[in-house]
Amino acid sequence: MAAFSKDVLVIDLEVEAQRIAGEIRRIVAHECKRRGLVVALSGGIDSSCVAGLAVKALGPSKVFGVHMPERDSSSETLRLSQSVSTTLGFDSTVEILTPILEGFGCYQRRDEAIRMVFPDFGPGWKSKIVLPGLEGGELNVYSVVVQKPDGTVEKQRLPLKAYLQIVAATNFKQRTRKTLEYYHADRLNYAVTGTPNRLEYDQGFYVKGGDGLADVKPIAHLYKTQVYAMARHLGIPADICNRAPTTDTYSLAQGQDEFYFSLPYAQMDLALWARNHGVAPVEAAPVIGITPDQVERVYRDIDQKRVTTRYLGLKAQLCGDVPEIKL
Amino acid sequence: MPLPDVSSVQREVTAFIVDNFLFGNSAEAPAPTTSFMETGLIDSTGVLELVAFIEEKYGFKVGDDELVPENLDSVANLAGFVVKKAGG
Repeated sequence: MAAFSKDVLVIDLEVEAQRIAGEIRRIVAHECKRRGLVVALSGGIDSSCVAGLAVKALGPSKVFGVHMPERDSSSETLRLSQSVSTTLGFDSTVEILTPILEGFGCYQRRDEAIRMVFPDFGPGWKSKIVLPGLEGGELNVYSVVVQKPDGTVEKQRLPLKAYLQIVAATNFKQRTRKTLEYYHADRLNYAVTGTPNRLEYDQGFYVKGGDGLADVKPIAHLYKTQVYAMARHLGIPADICNRAPTTDTYSLAQGQDEFYFSLPYAQMDLALWARNHGVAPVEAAPVIGITPDQVERVYRDIDQKRVTTRYLGLKAQLCGDVPEIKL
Repeated sequence: MPLPDVSSVQREVTAFIVDNFLFGNSAEAPAPTTSFMETGLIDSTGVLELVAFIEEKYGFKVGDDELVPENLDSVANLAGFVVKKAGG
């Protein structure tokens, strides 16, 4: 086997795009028996790449985009996501989530949970939750970071009840988006796309019944580095291809690497590839740009996340056989 | 409150795990040195539950820098940590 290097992630983009397009046509026509695809556009690289592949597979007239900003979205979100539908030439609509999320009590329930830790939290404050990262303790225990109206930033470890309630409340966002995607899909007799890349799909970085729910996930096998390359190949606007990944879920700017992954995506991709191909930490370390000890720790983190997030990908489990139904 | 000893803490932590994580099935109770993480018995949310349990039960706060496997990743590690902390 060739030595481990950054080149392991290089693929023939046109060959792969054609292959994925063929799979999309087969899945939508024969597995789903639907007439097109709905893509939720976030202005991020993954949904933009999926939109590009959907258009390549079915043509722009069979793709429908949904833009769904809400109160905590970046001010750039809508402009970026609309640039994708405009550039690729498919129809789309804007659904403002804020009043729906207010109806669910999403913001109020989340803020109530943050006040368990910061009792003064309220209007004018911003928040996000973070993991310790490679420098912190080995156990993945979340903290909440708040920015007060005067700009000062404070961080506190989250007790169980507050952590669970913040996550539960925030998950309304992904689940509400998916509800609206299926509304448009049912209205048009289309199927729904999911946009996880390989890091997210493998490591369980999605919400069950939210962004994890879909009829086809065209890039779940592609490392994030490959998704960026594919997006450029498909003509996705440069503003999106040059933007760092963000969750766009919390009111304080939050990189995916501080929320979930141990490393920025380019390094995390290499670490995951190395883990999948049995590369020894001492060989992987100089390519990834961290120490062998840190590689070992990232490997353990990868294994642990696979175990702890398995539940997210599980189909509903039956307690008795129904052999006539094959899914 | 009398100072806890290792064997009573092990018993109480194991009882909590059986009750809270295994729905009372004591046949699956972890051995004292079984790693929670490696066996997948307790994940990061489970760690928060364990921390909340020992803070409440033994009356001390666990610091951020104490959230390490050496203190929390098995019944034996937890018992050693609790005894050390409670003994101050």
